[in-house]
Amino acid sequence: MAEPAIELIGIDKRFGAVRANKAIDLTVERGTIHGIIGENGAGKSTLMSIIYGFYQADSGEIRVGGKKVEITDPNAAIAAGIGMVHQHFMLVHNFTVVENVMLGAEQSPLLRAGIGKVRAELKRLEEDHGLDVDPDAVIEDLAVGRQQRVEILKALYRGADILILDEPTGVLTPSEADHLFEVLQQLRAEGKTIILITHKLREIMAITDNVSVMRQGEMVATRKTSETSVAELAELMVGRRVLLTVDKGEARPSNVLLDVKGLTVKDGRGVTMVDDVSFSVRAGEIVGIAGVAGNGQSELLEALSGIRRAEAGQISICGREIDPTRETDPAEIRRIGCAHVPEDRHHMGLVLPFEENENSVLGYQDDKRFRKGVLLDQNAMRRDAREKIEAYDIRPPDCRLKTSNFSGGNQQKIVLAREMERDPDVLLIGQPTRGVDVGAIEFIHKRIVEMRDAGKAILLVSVELDEIRALSDRILVMFAGRIVGERGPDATEGDLGLLMAGVEETPEAAE
Amino acid sequence: MSRPYAKLPPWIDFGLIPLINLVVAFAVAGLVVLAVGESPVEAAALMLRGAFGYAEGVGFTLYYATNFIFTGLAVAVAFHGGLFNIGGEGQAYVGGLGVATVALSLGVVLPWWLNMPLAIVLSFACGALWALIPGYLQAKRGSHIVITTIMFNFIAAALMVYLLVNVLKPAGTMAPETRTFDAGAQLPKLRGLFELFGANLGGAPLNVSIFVALVAAFLVWVLIWRTKLGYEIRTLGFSPRAARYAGMSETRLIVVTMLISGGLAGMMALNPVMGDQYRLVIDFPQGAGFVGIAVALMGRGHPAGIIPAAILFGMLYQGGAELAFDMPSISRDMIVIIQGLVILFAGALENMFRPGVGAAYQWVRFRTEQPAGENVEEAR
Repeated sequence: MAEPAIELIGIDKRFGAVRANKAIDLTVERGTIHGIIGENGAGKSTLMSIIYGFYQADSGEIRVGGKKVEITDPNAAIAAGIGMVHQHFMLVHNFTVVENVMLGAEQSPLLRAGIGKVRAELKRLEEDHGLDVDPDAVIEDLAVGRQQRVEILKALYRGADILILDEPTGVLTPSEADHLFEVLQQLRAEGKTIILITHKLREIMAITDNVSVMRQGEMVATRKTSETSVAELAELMVGRRVLLTVDKGEARPSNVLLDVKGLTVKDGRGVTMVDDVSFSVRAGEIVGIAGVAGNGQSELLEALSGIRRAEAGQISICGREIDPTRETDPAEIRRIGCAHVPEDRHHMGLVLPFEENENSVLGYQDDKRFRKGVLLDQNAMRRDAREKIEAYDIRPPDCRLKTSNFSGGNQQKIVLAREMERDPDVLLIGQPTRGVDVGAIEFIHKRIVEMRDAGKAILLVSVELDEIRALSDRILVMFAGRIVGERGPDATEGDLGLLMAGVEETPEAAE
Repeated sequence: MSRPYAKLPPWIDFGLIPLINLVVAFAVAGLVVLAVGESPVEAAALMLRGAFGYAEGVGFTLYYATNFIFTGLAVAVAFHGGLFNIGGEGQAYVGGLGVATVALSLGVVLPWWLNMPLAIVLSFACGALWALIPGYLQAKRGSHIVITTIMFNFIAAALMVYLLVNVLKPAGTMAPETRTFDAGAQLPKLRGLFELFGANLGGAPLNVSIFVALVAAFLVWVLIWRTKLGYEIRTLGFSPRAARYAGMSETRLIVVTMLISGGLAGMMALNPVMGDQYRLVIDFPQGAGFVGIAVALMGRGHPAGIIPAAILFGMLYQGGAELAFDMPSISRDMIVIIQGLVILFAGALENMFRPGVGAAYQWVRFRTEQPAGENVEEAR
């Protein structure tokens, strides 16, 4: 048996009082795809950052190909044959593929020699691995899947034998994800070792040979993928049994509370992101908007909540006509009874340096309940925050703690508590479980269904197809700013995937 | 989990690190003193004695500190709203116009305790007005506030020279300054207060403005941390997108924040114009607007930090003047170098020692109180 590609022995890392990695042992066999799975905050990213040299372990050792290596920075990792494809691509958008691959490996002050070498090397990689990409294309003109391919090429160009991919499918369509998996399988066939970090159990089952599960900084189990199941992995991740489906009854839609007609929205650069979109949401139903990120969902939510001005169209909320083409006021929309859980909780839904109770009133700072003359009534704010912490089981239960010190799931609960407890008639929800751990997902889904059953009109935007399918009573698919199809909750993934990729008439729809 | 180093307790963040910065600044300044062949220890002693060694020195130190509290607060308020107001100097200068207007017109009629509130209001208004234009340009047209406020410093200087020479200067005098104010427009010095403690303030210009500065510091604290407006300003400063989401008007907030910031800078004129010189003279802010930036940075934008930082810089001004007087080889320019070093280490390089101190703290903690990481609540 050959030496394992990479071995971690007793890796320990602490940040202040938090032990992010506790005595981690991990062995990755050469020429395999090894999945690492765990909830957010389980320590996966920390571990990978240690392997790639962003952080130093407090103790423990790393062996590559049986030899102990000191990985002090990413350059040392590259020298040891480790390459990393980050979740958020590290590409220069207005550079070409060649320039991006060369970046940091120019070799001489004049670029000519380097460019020639990169071209030759890219050609070789294309022939060897079938990784074709136009070397002169500018990154921003490439589809997301192609951009990711450039990231992989960057790692291979630097001689990577071990490739770490961090949540690689988060930004891909289902078909792009399938392409990626083909590429990974090909690389494995050529003897490369691949470490795949993800929180999607389905991907683990589909492509990996072995899988390791992390929980709260510990490596709790390693299994052969063929000998385990989704249910077992989920249980290992959370430490208890989890319900993977949402328990919900029949929807009883009544009157229309949100009505959108001919809405057209441009983004900051003047590109039309929402193109003549019309739909309505009734009280007591959840309408899900499926689509690959960047197809206009964000702009749609922003226009509906009054954050972004629209070019054309009409919006009616709870029977009130709103002209979205005039200067809009999110506070006004909120007063009408439309709450909004924004997609970007870090920059929009929350002010991270604020205390929890301060975020608990964000958007409702005009409310008389929290005012005492010109002053804010801090007692009232804290009392209110404590009630929500209790009701939503936000941990740690401390309304004076800085919001950035809460985990992703608890931050999301802060936003949900604030928006839901206002008892709005219309609820706009963007990416309710992005970056949220499995345990909290269950809770959040349950709350959303409860809101529906209480007769609220709910518009749900999510890039997680499973989530859309589990929660929605009707599914609208957005592609390139248009709604390209409507399906019932029982639509198949393949059908939705084709719509999301812009294929308007699927065989199932034609039937 | 992505933080490169952990959160430190407040006593390190607000006590130890500023202290280390200061010590390093003075150590480097000591090398400069050494380079010109003087003893750094002796120079430091002279400086300290000059600033705090006798009542008159203390009076001067606190007089300068009063200026810096006003300008420091001005910079801090804008900073909380994410705005870098470099224009404190010009706003203070124009604020002098407000003080002079009250003093010249009502100085004969009203007593000082009626003229002072009027002068406060008018200096605030003048400073606010001077900050309004950059604020409006930033809010409506996106012109960067740093650029416009810097330019407005120059415009203020030119405007004030014009007004002093052509409008405010009494006929038949040579100096570009107003006439001396009447008794009703002269703020009382704190000589009596010092005498209660048996100290002699001597010629130090310390006056009642310092109490105005302290009240202003308290009000700024209330504004930023206890009012809805302060909540909105902080939201805008941390995250403009969150402010938009919460239905706050960015335009209104930028303008209001700059009005308050400029007004606070304008109030600084009270101290030198009405409290010391009793006339409006050319270039009276003497760089206090710029020192305010360092004071606000060093004080971390919090009044409780701004007051000690202002006293520190008051000490540098007063002690530095004494040092230049007593050690002829150390010129006035050398004092500016020392002040510059303090600004460099305390303000600009504020975070230089943070990672090191953080690591040292972790190491000590790691060795003294074993396993901390078992607490799962903390880890999540």
